[in-house]
Amino acid sequence: METTGVRMLGQKDKNYKQMRIVIVGHVDHGKSSLIGRLLFDTDSLPPNKQEEIRTMSEKRGMDMEWSFVLDSFQAERDQAITIDTTQIWFSTDKRDYVIIDAPGHREFLKNMISGAAAAEAAILVVDANEGVREQTKRHAYLLHLLGLRQIVVAVNKMDLVNYDEARFKEVSDEVNAYLTSIGLEAKSIVPISARTGDNVAQKTQAMPWYKKGDVIEQLDSFEPLASLSDKPLRFPVQDVYRFDGQRTLVGRIESGSLKKGQKILFSPTNEIAEVTSIEAWPKPEKDITEVHAGDVVGIKLDQPIFVERGHIGSAKEEPPMLSNVFRVNLFWLSNKSLKVGNAYKIRISTHEVMATVQALEKVVDTDDLALSETDELKRNGVGEVVFRTRDVVALDPYNQHQLMGRCVIYDGFDVAGGGILNMDGYPDQRINYIEKPKNIYTVDHLIPHQDRARRNGHFGAIFWFTGLSGAGKSTLAMNVERVLFEKGYHTYVLDGDNVRHGLNKDLGFSPEDRAENIRRIGEVAALQADAGLITITSFISPYRADRQAARDISPEHFHEVYVKADLDTCESRDPKNLYKKAREGKIKEFTGISSPYEEPENPDLVVDTQANDLDICVNQVVEYVENHIRIPKNKLQAVKA
Amino acid sequence: MNNIEQHLKELEAKSIYIIREAYAKVDPLGMLWSIGKDSTTLLYLVRKAFFGKVPFPLIHLDTDMEMDEVYEFRSWIAKEWDFELTIEQCPPEDQMDPTLPPASRAAARKTEGLKNLIRDKAFKGIFLGIRRDEQSMRAKERVFSPRDETGQWNFKDQPAEFWEQYKTDIPEGAHLRIHPLLHWTEIDIWRYTKMENIPYVPLYLAQDGKRYRSLGEKNITFPIDSDAATLDDIIAELEATREPERAGRAMDNETEDAFERLRSSGYM
Repeated sequence: METTGVRMLGQKDKNYKQMRIVIVGHVDHGKSSLIGRLLFDTDSLPPNKQEEIRTMSEKRGMDMEWSFVLDSFQAERDQAITIDTTQIWFSTDKRDYVIIDAPGHREFLKNMISGAAAAEAAILVVDANEGVREQTKRHAYLLHLLGLRQIVVAVNKMDLVNYDEARFKEVSDEVNAYLTSIGLEAKSIVPISARTGDNVAQKTQAMPWYKKGDVIEQLDSFEPLASLSDKPLRFPVQDVYRFDGQRTLVGRIESGSLKKGQKILFSPTNEIAEVTSIEAWPKPEKDITEVHAGDVVGIKLDQPIFVERGHIGSAKEEPPMLSNVFRVNLFWLSNKSLKVGNAYKIRISTHEVMATVQALEKVVDTDDLALSETDELKRNGVGEVVFRTRDVVALDPYNQHQLMGRCVIYDGFDVAGGGILNMDGYPDQRINYIEKPKNIYTVDHLIPHQDRARRNGHFGAIFWFTGLSGAGKSTLAMNVERVLFEKGYHTYVLDGDNVRHGLNKDLGFSPEDRAENIRRIGEVAALQADAGLITITSFISPYRADRQAARDISPEHFHEVYVKADLDTCESRDPKNLYKKAREGKIKEFTGISSPYEEPENPDLVVDTQANDLDICVNQVVEYVENHIRIPKNKLQAVKA
Repeated sequence: MNNIEQHLKELEAKSIYIIREAYAKVDPLGMLWSIGKDSTTLLYLVRKAFFGKVPFPLIHLDTDMEMDEVYEFRSWIAKEWDFELTIEQCPPEDQMDPTLPPASRAAARKTEGLKNLIRDKAFKGIFLGIRRDEQSMRAKERVFSPRDETGQWNFKDQPAEFWEQYKTDIPEGAHLRIHPLLHWTEIDIWRYTKMENIPYVPLYLAQDGKRYRSLGEKNITFPIDSDAATLDDIIAELEATREPERAGRAMDNETEDAFERLRSSGYM
């Protein structure tokens, strides 16, 4: 039982590092032939194997049939079992390669992901005759989700299209168009014939018009995954050991570096401590003073702060985001569909958390990238899913950190899916966890609350309107204010116009600025309510976390009022032509279109402006307000007396 | 650090990460130590992971058929490294499945010994020092590989395993085989043994033109022709050879599917 080139591994101290590659593409576009050809042309096949292939091919009246190479290995190495990933080695002058081969069975996705998730490069094989087909697209999309960025496209079977340059160009354009649409870029596109060996490991005379390198040259030009040493420090705590009564935190430095004496911020707890030593066994001659990305380490701290598995160490200046809501672009592997409302265990780095599916934003058809609206994601499907957790989680979006920004989802005992974190449109909630001065309201006013209420004839309060743009918040707010005013109440509306142009004119519309906008409004509203005003705020305020933070400032005064109308209705009203502009892409991060709106879970009042006329809505709010600001009769008398 | 040392450090880091994942998520744990080069390397990595400690039981499945040098090494290192060793006696050969070929039957004693052990100690996870490059069936293994109540390995439907997030939850009665050395090759083991100065059974070195490349019971393991008298010689020999490592292990090679049968029923 000879194994493919396995003995050749590590023979040379050339570029020692092996590179793992995956070969994907539509069925019958020539993946197996290309693998056979790569092994043969790099002299990675034992001599008896070549003979065997020749005999097998001749028996069938063929020239050398390269796909038999794989068949013969599988028959030999795997007997009847070809359903799992196997690994095949070959070697070029530059380095060793491991091909992760996932035979195309029904379990393809699970096994391809298991093997290819660790691949550093991919070859996408496309038939010159057929061009881009369904699996070409599906596989390319998965490469994108798995984070593979070093891709060679091999346009195969050029011999069958008479090595025609024009046909090659057509197929290249088609491939490029698709890859661009999913945010991928091929490093090169090579016209080849695996059968005849053109442009696989050597450039032949067949296609003089092709000037660039063959497949092997393209592979050899790829770089091993770059070290993440230059990125901000991420040290996810893997475990806490207490051998010999001393506490040691262990884990892997995922990026950046960590120094003895450095102050480390742990998230999500926001605790800080200094590294007093970096541990190793056997004890090194010299103390370790610095460790880098990729090192597995143990550290001791100067403070007995609370730290456990899942917490993330970073520099104070460059911490991960905190959020209790996050979007995952995911692939789903489980037989049981992912459904809205279901709860799953999710692991992000070493952190494990229960999360509920809040929304299934998109189910992606990898063929035409069309998005369908459905409430479940079936096995082998890909989609964009929003999860919500009870407590905030420390995380990095994938586009900022390729290791920390991915997660695996478990259902029961099983790995059910995985994906990359996409925080577009969601703010960093860390701002809500910065310790606030606690004594804003406890400055000793000489006027008790009841006295203000008695003078005004009512208590102060906050009626926090939330809803989509066009739901009618401002119209409703202004009308309610008018009615309350005429009834003799002291009231004032905080609205975009009187806040955005002054207090918050330094803020834009990024998720962080929106969060800060709402935070300031929350603070002002709390002051107004404390001063005795019936305060109405009229802002989209799309995030639950922000509204909760506003409530937390002054919970006794706060009432959440959901001004409700669906997106279609709001878009058809479009009083300021904003939806139109958002649809045209002229406004970025527009709530409901390109940025999320999180409906209130338990609003204190729901006002349905879609079903009811303005008058009815105004009366509904006024009645609610009056019920909640009234001074009870017994108290009123007590105060008067 | 040269390329090879760098490569070995990366292998080491990956193994330590796996060992610590298992320790954090799976309880109770045990480790099988066969006294050979791979499991001794694994034991050394465990000590690295836990700063010199071995925080779970270490078990030798004993058939009373190991070679004398193996038993000597066992006693010496247990004292030298100061860890607690449990010796689990395997049931006799006449209790094995009579339809297995003879050498497989001898090897199956260890499978039965392991099953007894897992049942008695209710282990949820067992560390094993197997490698992908040893054997094509082992090439299919996962790092965290579930076994059902009967110890069966369902290699046709294995869990997805990616991004170093492992399957650590299993039903009652089942257990996990944990393979922190899966990504190492034979030559990696010897280079690392040399770099870290890890002790090994002297039978691996050639005497009178013969050495053992893989150690098993004396009735079913045979030495190869070799003049490799030092670690450097072994490394040089492996750089050149195309012979498979386990050619001297009878049970792998009796019939085409012998090893597959052994493994799917619970062999290491």
